[in-house]
Amino acid sequence: MEVFLQQLINGLTLGSIYGLIAIGYTMVFGIIGMVNFAHGDIFMLSAFIALIFFMLIASWFGAGLIVVALIVVLALAMFFTSLWNWAIERVAYRPLRGSFRLAPLISAIGMSIFLSNFVQVVQGPRNKSTAPMLNDSITLINSATYSVQISYKQIVIIVTTAVLLAAFWYIVQKTPLGRAQRACEQDRKMAALLGIDVDRTISITFVMGAALAAVAGVMYLVLYGVVSFNDGFIPGVKAFTAAVLGGIGSLPGAVIGGLLIGLIEVMWSAYFTIDYKDVAAFCILAIVLVFMPSGILGRPEVEKV
Amino acid sequence: MATTISTPAAPPRDIKAALKEAGFAALVTFGLCIPIIAWGTRQNMENVLVLDQRWEAVAWAVAIVFVGRLLVVLRQQGKAERKSLVRFLPHGTFAFFQRHSGFFSALGLGFLITFPLIAIMLTGWGGALKWIDNFGVQILIYVMLGWGLNIVVGLAGLLDLGYVAFYAVGAYSYALLAKNFGLSFWLLLPLSGILAAFWGMLLGFPVLRLRGDYLAIVTLAFGEIIRLVLINWVDFSNGYAGISGIPRPSFFGIPFNASDEGFAAVFGLEFSPLYRTIFLYYLILALALLTAFVSLRLRRLPVGRAWEALREDEIACRSLGINTTNTKLTAFSIGAMFGGFAGAFFSARQGFISPESFVFMESAMVLAIVVLGGMGSLWGCAIAATAMIGGTELLRELDWLKAIFGNDFDPTKYRMLIFGLAMVVIMIWKPRGLISTREPTAFLKEKKAISSDMVQEGHG
Repeated sequence: MEVFLQQLINGLTLGSIYGLIAIGYTMVFGIIGMVNFAHGDIFMLSAFIALIFFMLIASWFGAGLIVVALIVVLALAMFFTSLWNWAIERVAYRPLRGSFRLAPLISAIGMSIFLSNFVQVVQGPRNKSTAPMLNDSITLINSATYSVQISYKQIVIIVTTAVLLAAFWYIVQKTPLGRAQRACEQDRKMAALLGIDVDRTISITFVMGAALAAVAGVMYLVLYGVVSFNDGFIPGVKAFTAAVLGGIGSLPGAVIGGLLIGLIEVMWSAYFTIDYKDVAAFCILAIVLVFMPSGILGRPEVEKV
Repeated sequence: MATTISTPAAPPRDIKAALKEAGFAALVTFGLCIPIIAWGTRQNMENVLVLDQRWEAVAWAVAIVFVGRLLVVLRQQGKAERKSLVRFLPHGTFAFFQRHSGFFSALGLGFLITFPLIAIMLTGWGGALKWIDNFGVQILIYVMLGWGLNIVVGLAGLLDLGYVAFYAVGAYSYALLAKNFGLSFWLLLPLSGILAAFWGMLLGFPVLRLRGDYLAIVTLAFGEIIRLVLINWVDFSNGYAGISGIPRPSFFGIPFNASDEGFAAVFGLEFSPLYRTIFLYYLILALALLTAFVSLRLRRLPVGRAWEALREDEIACRSLGINTTNTKLTAFSIGAMFGGFAGAFFSARQGFISPESFVFMESAMVLAIVVLGGMGSLWGCAIAATAMIGGTELLRELDWLKAIFGNDFDPTKYRMLIFGLAMVVIMIWKPRGLISTREPTAFLKEKKAISSDMVQEGHG
């Protein structure tokens, strides 16, 4: 029981990170129907940006106020990652709107290869690690054999995820911007006729997706304290799995999917073999896509002729 | 950014607007460079991460983008339409090649057959090994993989991101069966292909109902599953360590070694490792040509026509009574079969295989070859494979670049970077690939190739 509780906490932490990345996939897929293959690498890039800013702040102001540093780094990483995704959308995806079906996907694969190798070239191929931060933890249950702990960083990750999700949920549901996004999702041509700047709305969707991926990147760095240039691929595929599992196009679905994938991965590692945890995630992806393509909360896809 | 430029009836060049546009692009570049280029992370002697400042690299990047953007904008301003932004070749070049395709095919084939001789004549016995092995065999493996994947992606329009899985199945089939059961290469070559095709069918059957981009992701997942199983199932595949000492193919029973029964001794020649390389070269050439021949002939069969119809419009196909799942399955498994052949050849040539050779990047590279060359075009694949793999090998040779960029400059680092960029640029510039004409197999009176930009693609 204690082991299960501990794994539940670990799984929710990991799942929050997957959920944050999954939102980027699901929003972009919802609005332009494209699998943004480079999204995992955007996440990896944001972790690098966060690493650099952490080190800069540590060298300029010392490593005293960890909470302030975290907030500043979060804001900076969100800004610069969004700028990257905005530029990528502008350069690599926008000219392809109206091109043939697979063109944006292939362009995104190219972008993904470019990003991971770009980071490898400019930052070097080795694993980069930071000094561990927020290491203290609270003991929840202290039994004789096993004590269940939740560390401060896990609390920070879960709370930050929840707060940001609420904020983005509000933006999508209640503001004119969110309304424009949902309109573009339903019918881009009609939205344009009604005076919505579709290109701008799509750009903002990419910016929002990147901002959330940046949060995930910072949290990943805080949680593991190490990042390397090819860390974007596997989390990217898992987050995509999460988006599909939750029902692609649905925001709460992405979060639920992310939490589920995180829990499944952690439980699998705890109770079965850690070697096959990625195989488990990929199998879930295949099984969900084959047997339940609309996911948990998604709408079934209607084929239009 | 290109879309924001309006082109009223080609006014005299507006330098101010161009400068503004270029300045904006430079500003964005500066923003992009700030964290990731301006500070480089590096482990110092005590293994602690430190930051290096690299503002001169940022300045270079900003300057290059500024000048480049300025030139592009100025060029565009003078033109009414932005279609002909870049044109390397004069009009009608492709049509010329198309008309004389028989002649050029014969020319290319003649060059390929005489390539080892030319290499030996130009570089001597010592230098030829590198040229035939690194360039000839290496490029031909990718040409063959490209042609095999071309059946799946180019003809049937199914985006397969896990093609390397079948390559791995072929390679491990040969390696394990040859090592454990001592079967010969000539028996195992077809067997590896059959096993790969079997796996293609097994994996393809449940997933081929999915729409295009879902299919891509599921095939990617399968590719990764196979690799992860190969890594973790140590009893079966020896895990990360891989399989070494794989038997080499023999010349119809005559081994290539220095013994008395060896190839050189039997034919009364002086022993040289070059003979094996030349033999492998002709072997992969024959396999690649077989792939090309089969895919050319298949296009004229009903099943080939069904593939191409499926690529263009799946719904129309279904209404005409084509069994789409079976049709896709044949394309998928035939493509997988050629991947298996190539894999068996690969493991026979290397003598050592490990899961490291079958990573996703490999799939992406083969896909890039098919896409960049022009989906469906055999010539395009061959040219793209030569440019990409040959280009990679050439990057290793470019020592003089070190004189310009300093001694720690390693051109091969930029290989995948250039691949990725090339994929994006080709998609924007010529979404149908370099050779983007469609050659009809059924025609009235005269065969006319049309640009595939004129073909509307359905969804599948």
